[in-house]
Amino acid sequence: MTALAVLAAETPNLVQSVDWLAIAPVVITAAVGLAVLVADLFVPEHRKGVLGWVSVAGLAAATAALLPLRAGDRTTFCLTGDPAACSYTADHFALVVQFLVLAGALITALLSVTAVRDARMPAGEYWFLLLSSAAGAALLPASRDLATLIVALEVASLPAFALVGMRRGDRLSSEAALKFFLSSVTATAVSLMGVSFVYAATGSLHLSQVADRLEDVPGQLDTLAMAGVALTLVGFAFKTAAVPFHFWVPDTYVGAPLPIAGYLSVIGKAVGFTGLILVTVIAFPAYSDIWGPALAVLAALTMTLGNAAALRQSADRPNSAVRLLAWSSVGQAGYLLVPIAAAAYSGRDQIGSTVAYALMYAAVNLGAFAVAALVARTKPLQRISDYRGLYAERPLAALSLAFFLLCLAGLPPGLIGLFAKVTVFRSAVDAGLGWLAVVMAVNVVLALYYYLRWTALLFRASEAAETPAESPAAAPARAPWPVTAAIVITAVTAVALSGAPQLVLRFASGSLFPQ
Amino acid sequence: MIDISPSVMQFLLAFIVAAPLLGAAAALLPAPPGLKGRSPEQAVLRHGVTVTGVILAAAIALALGFDHDAPARFQATTDISWIQALNVRIHLGVDGISLPLLLMTALLFFLCALYSYFKLPEGPSPKAFIALLLVLESGTLATFAVLDLLLFFLAFEMVLIPMYFLIARWGRSEGVAGSASARGGGRETGGRKAAAWKFILYTLLGSVVMLLGLLLIGLNSGTFDMVALASDNGRELSRTTQLLAVLAIGTGLAVKTPMWPLHSWLPDAHTAAPTVGSVLLAGVLLKMGTYGFVRILIPVTPDGMAAFAPYLGAFAAVGIVYGSLACLALARKGGKGDLKRLIAYSSVGHMGFVLLGIASMTPTGVNGALFANIAHGLITGLLFFLVGALKDRYGTADLDTLAGATGAALYGRAPRLGALLAFAAVASLGLPGLAGFWGEMLALFGAFDPAGGLPRPAFLTYTAVGAFGTLLTAAYLLIVVRRVCMGDPKAGPELAVADVQRYEFAAWTPLAALTVLAGLWPAVLLGLTDPAVQKLLAGGTS
Repeated sequence: MTALAVLAAETPNLVQSVDWLAIAPVVITAAVGLAVLVADLFVPEHRKGVLGWVSVAGLAAATAALLPLRAGDRTTFCLTGDPAACSYTADHFALVVQFLVLAGALITALLSVTAVRDARMPAGEYWFLLLSSAAGAALLPASRDLATLIVALEVASLPAFALVGMRRGDRLSSEAALKFFLSSVTATAVSLMGVSFVYAATGSLHLSQVADRLEDVPGQLDTLAMAGVALTLVGFAFKTAAVPFHFWVPDTYVGAPLPIAGYLSVIGKAVGFTGLILVTVIAFPAYSDIWGPALAVLAALTMTLGNAAALRQSADRPNSAVRLLAWSSVGQAGYLLVPIAAAAYSGRDQIGSTVAYALMYAAVNLGAFAVAALVARTKPLQRISDYRGLYAERPLAALSLAFFLLCLAGLPPGLIGLFAKVTVFRSAVDAGLGWLAVVMAVNVVLALYYYLRWTALLFRASEAAETPAESPAAAPARAPWPVTAAIVITAVTAVALSGAPQLVLRFASGSLFPQ
Repeated sequence: MIDISPSVMQFLLAFIVAAPLLGAAAALLPAPPGLKGRSPEQAVLRHGVTVTGVILAAAIALALGFDHDAPARFQATTDISWIQALNVRIHLGVDGISLPLLLMTALLFFLCALYSYFKLPEGPSPKAFIALLLVLESGTLATFAVLDLLLFFLAFEMVLIPMYFLIARWGRSEGVAGSASARGGGRETGGRKAAAWKFILYTLLGSVVMLLGLLLIGLNSGTFDMVALASDNGRELSRTTQLLAVLAIGTGLAVKTPMWPLHSWLPDAHTAAPTVGSVLLAGVLLKMGTYGFVRILIPVTPDGMAAFAPYLGAFAAVGIVYGSLACLALARKGGKGDLKRLIAYSSVGHMGFVLLGIASMTPTGVNGALFANIAHGLITGLLFFLVGALKDRYGTADLDTLAGATGAALYGRAPRLGALLAFAAVASLGLPGLAGFWGEMLALFGAFDPAGGLPRPAFLTYTAVGAFGTLLTAAYLLIVVRRVCMGDPKAGPELAVADVQRYEFAAWTPLAALTVLAGLWPAVLLGLTDPAVQKLLAGGTS
């Protein structure tokens, strides 16, 4: 099922005019995905690499298709009766998140080009699944009714299950996929039930109408509506990997191919928090007294648990690098939730901080995964201790990774990480959530410890250098250029953002939604 | 003194802050043809000397162009909007308070680069050493030059990573508490690694708390601009906000200063750091903490500061005595005292005087604090240089090993080195006529007659305790001089100790000369700081 089909299916009335330009980014992604799947049948085995490049080009085109929309005033699939209620809105919020999703998918695709070839994964399926998932993720921020939202969530998630299990013959991989699948499906089912409750209580699926009608729900339906609100949030909280819906993360990341782990940590999370933002601040502002405190507590728990678990990762265990990134991404999800919780207290524009933070996080986390993918080529155990002496071996990769980690930690010179955290702090303080700000401060310090430990390791002399007389260190294998390109793109983005943080922080100061 | 056009002054200040960063980047690149020098190592070390030298020249030019008739006014200001979303501006400027600190920082970095050119500490590549040194310089200079709270925080944090690496990679483990070096063989890096970790974790914890305090101020008053906040003098901030802000920011600054009981990172860090690192830690980095008290807390949150001043004074007084007693314990025979560690503890005592002066919240006290800042930078910088040189010559800084039965007899073996050490020691104990005297005396005077609203009896007690501390200080420093400089040159092990080398003279003479100058002519400093301090305490008016 592709987004195109979804869009076509939900058109209730043929008189509706479709603004094709507005939906172009989603449609291009989905169409290229289908094209790749079909082309896979006709492309001979030794030319399968072409499929990857077609996908990369498709994602680049989809990203470029966002440009003409930058005014942020387009809507489509509106009700013929009520032109204010639209199912698809390309406002600034949607565009920014779509950019995050598509650019992130582009980086993932660059990383995948070599991964698919080396691990002999089935190219056609892989690219089709990746593109479909990206299309779903890109559809989600623009959808403005509950049905489209759930469908987009599913389109983004279902291919991801398959992608996680893509490493053929790897028991860990299929186990990870199954774990991911079962827990995710349960969460979505719960969410779906919540949506049905909300529909029962309000009689509408369009977010704006739901918001209006929730203001005065009849007394006997109040419990139903409240339960619906709570259950709907569960599905999205699961995707953001918020505690207590986080347990799937480490195993899934370890089992998945590395680029997919990076994809899940960034785009998967983006899907979750956009969904959360849409249902909370757009659809359920009437119940902000329920979801506000709930999200605040969730945020505090998420960051604390994620960071505590990341702290406990021992550097010598296999896969500890990916595990650390997985747990740290849980911790980061906690920071992402803070402004959403704050929005319950001081207005929906607070979520701009989440968006700004997510943009920063996307760039540096994908960068970290890109370096991990590079290192994993020579040291497949993916232990943190494998990174020892990386600076001597690959100075640029080590410097980039150090920069990414410092951005994640929020320490100069990773200025963008610092300022993004400052905006999150600001939203918490503005909302009067002083305790949450303090919890977050403690967490930032906790996180500093493991990020710095890893960073310091990069510059230590490697074991081989300390014990001479072993085999002379062979020159490192040449890095494949798509991986290098991914590292360079993310590193340049992170450095540029550190010099001019306003580029992303401006989203935190204005309003992303049309007034 | 000299008329320099405002735009040139503006450029000079921006250059001072930015050039070390560019220099650091350049240090990592291969040397251009024509500047290759004898070897890549030599070329990069020379690069360090050149860059820090140019910065020093620029700082001197800035001081010459500074309008000495209006030191209370910010000069050479740049004010550019940087991040509109957070209202963060790149706002630079110097006044009478920051100018001396800027000059001293530039001087110490130049001397350190010069010293390293001839005597590079053992460790990985010199390239990285110079790059880190320059990043450190940029961070410290920026701390004294920026006028925006968030930029201040940035600059404050920027020094952490370079300092961490300087300690962890170029440091030594001997003498560090809990050092793993005794286990023999294999890994002997435990001590300095642990010290570096301790340093960074303490300071990070402090600075995260500080960031919260800065945000509290910034978000409540709507601006992060220090000048606007200072002239507002806390009128926009409620009392609760001020108290919380002072508590949070004060904690961060107190860790850095360091204030007793938050000092325990300092002895290990100083002992483990290479000579140059100790000089910079003591001479420059500690001043960032006290500067923050004067620049941020006193003018921006006067009510909160007044509420906490008695406690600050108490901690300061305890710190003075504690530092001195710790030094006495290290200095006595059989105390197994490491000289570097001893001087580190003496810093705790000296910074106690600075904090006491600040806590008095009077012009006298704050001027004294600023003076003591500079004096401590010069004298302790010199002391660390000397002890580092001793350690290089003897291979240890352990006082008992050095002194042997009768004393190390430096006067007999290396008379110039001995004389310099004795000079630095008496300067440090506050001999009138040398720089150490004025600051501590003024700080005590300030505490004797604290600002209205502060409890006089408490401060009188602090004054008495502080004065007693000066006696203890004199005691341990004289013991050190006796045990290191005096003694029978024939009694100890046969050891040819080289006297002061030419490069050592070059690195140390400026510090000694300035110590004498500041001691004999304190007005040269006080004339700069006093108007600015008066303005700060008067709430931005006058």
